[in-house]
Amino acid sequence: MSRLQVVSGKGGTGKTTVAAALALALATEGKRTLLVEVEGRQGIAQLFETEALPYEERKIAVAPGGGEVYALAIDPELALLEYLQMFYKLGGAGRALKKLGAIDFATTIAPGLRDVLLTGKACEAVRRKDRSGRFAYDCVVMDAPPTGRITRFLNVNDEVAGLAKIGPIHNQAQAVMRVLKSPETAVHLVTLLEEMPVQETADGIAELRAARLPVGRVIVNMVRSALLDEAELELGLERAPRTAIAKSLSAAGLGGARRGGNAERLVDPLLEQAAEYAERYALERDQRAVLADFGQPLHELPLLAGGMDLAGLYELATALRKQGIA
Amino acid sequence: MTPEPARTSDSARASDPAGTSDPAGTSYSGRPLDATRALDVDALIDDPKTRIVVCCGSGGVGKTTTAAAIGLRAAERGRKVVVLTIDPARRLAQSMGIDQLDNVPRRVKGVEGDGDGELHAMMLDMKRTFDEIVEAHADKERAAAILGNPFYQSLSAGFAGTQEYMAMEKLGQLRSRDEWDLIVVDTPPSRSALDFLDAPKRLGSFLDGKLIRLLMAPAKVGGRAGLKFLNVGMSMMTGALGKLLGGPLLQDVQTFVAAMDTMFGGFRTRADATYRLLQAPGTAFLVVASPERDALREAAYFVERLAADDMPLAGLVLNRVHGSGAAQLSAERALAAAENLEEGGIVDQEDGKVGDRNSPDTQATSTPATPENSEHPEPAADTSADPSVEQLTVGLLRLHAERMQLLAREQRTRDRFTARHPEVAVAEVAALPGDVHDLAGLRAIGDRLAG
Repeated sequence: MSRLQVVSGKGGTGKTTVAAALALALATEGKRTLLVEVEGRQGIAQLFETEALPYEERKIAVAPGGGEVYALAIDPELALLEYLQMFYKLGGAGRALKKLGAIDFATTIAPGLRDVLLTGKACEAVRRKDRSGRFAYDCVVMDAPPTGRITRFLNVNDEVAGLAKIGPIHNQAQAVMRVLKSPETAVHLVTLLEEMPVQETADGIAELRAARLPVGRVIVNMVRSALLDEAELELGLERAPRTAIAKSLSAAGLGGARRGGNAERLVDPLLEQAAEYAERYALERDQRAVLADFGQPLHELPLLAGGMDLAGLYELATALRKQGIA
Repeated sequence: MTPEPARTSDSARASDPAGTSDPAGTSYSGRPLDATRALDVDALIDDPKTRIVVCCGSGGVGKTTTAAAIGLRAAERGRKVVVLTIDPARRLAQSMGIDQLDNVPRRVKGVEGDGDGELHAMMLDMKRTFDEIVEAHADKERAAAILGNPFYQSLSAGFAGTQEYMAMEKLGQLRSRDEWDLIVVDTPPSRSALDFLDAPKRLGSFLDGKLIRLLMAPAKVGGRAGLKFLNVGMSMMTGALGKLLGGPLLQDVQTFVAAMDTMFGGFRTRADATYRLLQAPGTAFLVVASPERDALREAAYFVERLAADDMPLAGLVLNRVHGSGAAQLSAERALAAAENLEEGGIVDQEDGKVGDRNSPDTQATSTPATPENSEHPEPAADTSADPSVEQLTVGLLRLHAERMQLLAREQRTRDRFTARHPEVAVAEVAALPGDVHDLAGLRAIGDRLAG
């Protein structure tokens, strides 16, 4: 089991939700996990229905069986000051740098430094031990940038180590890369059964592999349950037994089956919805086949009818456990 | 007009006396947008005074498709349009003929319409855009020094933030060429929603800052200029920076900054000009979202942020909104009917209620009462019901229930947004079952956008 689980995915696929469900699932049975947010969106706080998270690790949920989920929203500026203090005792200099605009520069403009800080902080949490020598967290789950940026994001330390050929930043960058490229890390990609997210997942896997970053699982999110079987899907609008369906609807208590009756007037729109469903179903079948070709372990999470809320999050965590992901 | 004209005809509520269903209204077709709040896309793109349309929104909501669809529609209505996309889906890019990155607009073939409109499109290549700026604004030797600097190479290859600068830079370039009468811009999927707005300001504050002078000072040592800045505190600081970054990197940074020095002024001026261009009356921002909680929350943030920056917001484009032709049948009733059928079509016990249940339907669709409307359903027993048809009907009903639940959720999410921002005009785009990857698809989206 990798101790750093990075969750990426195309925008809109629900990677924050999946990351949170994964942190819950991994915390089950007395474990402790840390859920890390790096993009300053406060998505975790929204999901767990708590106030905005400060730059501080705090408990946000209790997992089934007594485990705990902690959360941390990394603020790059504070992370940099902390880092300067921790490694160089540069507390005062840090303030001076801030005055100069150096901190602002470092965290927003300087190439990659922001990402170095974010990945560095996550790796620090992975490696941290308490006094008794036990790991502070059994597992760290990162709600990472989207698929299009994930390889560059994780690989930034390689680039920085190349830029800064000597010095503490070089050493720090290399230490982070050692964690990220080891089996201690797994990068999961969240997708939907739609063409663009699947394509982006394919691109993401290729890029991660090329950078020798460990690709984990592909998690298909928001999968709709199958409501019509294959034979019914193949009926098509023309061949559907309209009259019989109208009668059947009528028998179910939905009004008259004759032309213009309440039940009869439902037939066309219902069949139209079925046709749309069939089209989408065919697309989804194709995309499933594409996903299977990637050769990574594949998981599916259901679309929750009531929309996403805290109860839904626990539901997804249970689903992940059942599928053996945690 | 009463605030909730459709409430009375909302069959979902009527059939749900206990009020367990969505209190905000469940029926999609029962609650159209008020005319005052509907965004008139055609009026916007037909107005010759509209020169720039910026599509912004969180990732995965269909920004690129919206930008392309608006561009195509405007071209087919007679305007000369260029669409600047950031990261289009491969097949869409191919179908528009812009899958090759050469950083110049290409004319898109297959544009219809009787006017003399044209559609051009390009995909942003940020490294190339950056290189071009360097080449255009520095002499040959200096340009070569910058392009070869390792620090520059990392910066321009697209570390966070560069894309936003370059998108704005390219927009400024396209605008100044004055070859098109409408520019449609797709914005990068930024980590924080409006990085592209902050980019010029950030660059400005960086250039105004002492830091840049500090960074440049040592590179100039040897020349006399640097010495003026180098008081004791500063040299300590560069010492700290050198310790931190490692000597060679600091040198790279310093050489880079020194080489860029002459160009920074130009950067700044153009960034400021682009920022003002965005505020100008010829610009219209469209915030794009899907009817999901996160996307609309981001959209609300965009709306507030644009207002704070005095950026002209035209409205919200709500993509992938679902509808139903059978909205008079609520999810609850569809599910109950499906269960009825599965249990063997036991309807007799409910027989007396059927008439009552049907009455809201009659109201909802305003059809005059016909004999059929008041008739009782045929008893299940008399039909030699084909079990496969019944099973199909059950499937249809469950499918419908799922659709109605989705509608209710989308409606609720949308209402939450409109309650917070009643001033924002909204255009809803009905969901297509498949993906869009050709001009016909874009045209269909355009039609749906225009309502």
